[in-house]
Amino acid sequence: MFRYIVRRLLQMILTFFGATFVVFALMFANQDDPIQALVGEKQASDSLRAALTERYHLDEGFLTQYWYYMKGLLTGDLGKSLTGRDISEMLADAWPVTIRLALLAVLIAAAIAVTTGVYAGIRRGGLFDNGTLLMTLLLLAMPIVVLAPLAQLVFAMELRWFPATTTKDATPYELLLPAIVLATTVIATQLRVTRTSVVENLRADYVRTARAKGLAPRRVTWVHVLRNSLIPVITLIGVDLGVLMSGAIVTEEVFNIPGVGFNLARGIRTEDGPLVVGFVSVLVIIFLVVNLAVDLLYAALDPRIRYE
Amino acid sequence: MTDIKATMDALPGLDHRAPLLQIDDLHVEFRTRDGVAKAVNGASFWLSPGETLAILGESGCGKSVTAQAIMGILESPPGHITAGEIRYRGVDLLKLPEVQRRKVRANRIAMIFQDALSALNPVYTVGFQLAELFRVHRGMSRSDARNRAVDLLDQVKIPGARSRVNDYPHQFSGGMRQRVMIAMALALDPEVLIADEPTTALDVTVQAQIMGLLAELQRQRNMGLILITHDMGVVADVADRISVMYAGRVVEEAPVHDIYARPGHPYTRALLESIPRLDLKGRQLNVIRGLPPALTDIPRGCAFNPRCRYAKDPCRQDPAPPAYAIAPHRTARCHFFREVLGE
Repeated sequence: MFRYIVRRLLQMILTFFGATFVVFALMFANQDDPIQALVGEKQASDSLRAALTERYHLDEGFLTQYWYYMKGLLTGDLGKSLTGRDISEMLADAWPVTIRLALLAVLIAAAIAVTTGVYAGIRRGGLFDNGTLLMTLLLLAMPIVVLAPLAQLVFAMELRWFPATTTKDATPYELLLPAIVLATTVIATQLRVTRTSVVENLRADYVRTARAKGLAPRRVTWVHVLRNSLIPVITLIGVDLGVLMSGAIVTEEVFNIPGVGFNLARGIRTEDGPLVVGFVSVLVIIFLVVNLAVDLLYAALDPRIRYE
Repeated sequence: MTDIKATMDALPGLDHRAPLLQIDDLHVEFRTRDGVAKAVNGASFWLSPGETLAILGESGCGKSVTAQAIMGILESPPGHITAGEIRYRGVDLLKLPEVQRRKVRANRIAMIFQDALSALNPVYTVGFQLAELFRVHRGMSRSDARNRAVDLLDQVKIPGARSRVNDYPHQFSGGMRQRVMIAMALALDPEVLIADEPTTALDVTVQAQIMGLLAELQRQRNMGLILITHDMGVVADVADRISVMYAGRVVEEAPVHDIYARPGHPYTRALLESIPRLDLKGRQLNVIRGLPPALTDIPRGCAFNPRCRYAKDPCRQDPAPPAYAIAPHRTARCHFFREVLGE
């Protein structure tokens, strides 16, 4: 197990450098005149230009600039946004909100998807199975740009079950409706994967053995089949968690949640380069950490991976 | 601790003088989209304590399905038992409610499967899978159950049982894995053990060790053993009696030595002739021509008639040949058993 973790950590470091390199290269390639972008409408004076070039190392080559960028990233200094705020400060405000939202969404999605998926798998071809198939198709067909405002209108404005927008604190109750909306985007796939995995595992020889041991069907399903079936589902849930953290842009906009997606959307709209790069870099790190956690969980579930 | 003996004594119709296991006219069919496959068509045999009965036949002759029907682990749907009786000490298992049936499994009738790697759950340690039996059926504590698991691994002669109990199935070799399977089957001291091709997936040398171990444990416990196999070599060494199955029927039943000396059914005879023999080295091997019938379309009369060199008109007409008593303790379902015996 220890060797497995070390190997995964080494892989992670490699991926980190690769991914941030690409992000930085994209920004570098896309740079037109960052000083002019920073100054805005009026012409930048020569002295200001010289000072800014000095401060941001703009006259250096690509690799040197990458070096400064990496140094900043690793020491937590991400520079300033074009609005003048410290990017690290903005991240510190935005991340907790987004993480809470994503975790809540994944929790809701996984709980429903796994239980429903297991029952659908056991009763394969039955009414319940076909019913959930129809439901998941409906959910999959509904884009979030439609679902989010619709849910806001029905459950917040009309029925008044939830608040329509969140305050700066973003309490779990305020985040519940957006989390449910987010959950619907991933629940369908998780449910189908669980169901297929259960169906496959129910046919496995070890299930026949478990039944020959005189175990009750409930034990066969929830002890023997479930753990084997969860292996692919866990991977999917991990990927979904990463996607939800980075991809909550629409939901955060609609419900006015001051999270990462909200800031990122604003940064892209106002062409705030340093902000976008800073946020994306941290996203990469979060994505990697989540993936590592998933792989460790995966190894905990499947001993064959642990001892490879 | 759950008193298993009291539970078993409460089984309806239990009679300790009745045969250990008796299968009577068992019919099993699989209802699939492509039609009804008649896998077992009136199989009958019995088993006494301490005895080894070999059920011999080609793939698809219904031997594994029969075993699963006895265990009550037939996949249903599509599998359905349409007729017949399976009696354990007089108790008709097919009429037993599922909860009681489950108690019979592993406690009284246990089973070993062919491929131990896929038959063991890959994500749990063998210790967990063994201890589970004691925890579920005997209500033992975690540590007691674990100790029993170690004892069992010792009994099937796995070296270093105390540490190996924490290993996962994939960490064992094929032979050791099959020993784990045997330990699991014997955990609750069953009276009947069904071994479905227990050595087919193993090397020849390991095969002999596993068969030796099975025979030894059977002797110690005076268990009835049903050995399902297609390997006539394995059968000759360990079996007391043989039931030869073809197309879901027992076509011949006889003590092992009689059957090797003088088969009473053309199919048995053909099987024996298709074994390579050293004294016939260099000569063309006799094979059975044709294929076993599709279970959705079993020939009228004797199911073997299209492949049989003794077949005459009566063989192609219903009803199928009855079980003729061809000698003491011997039956064969062939109208022309006298010719086959060479009388």
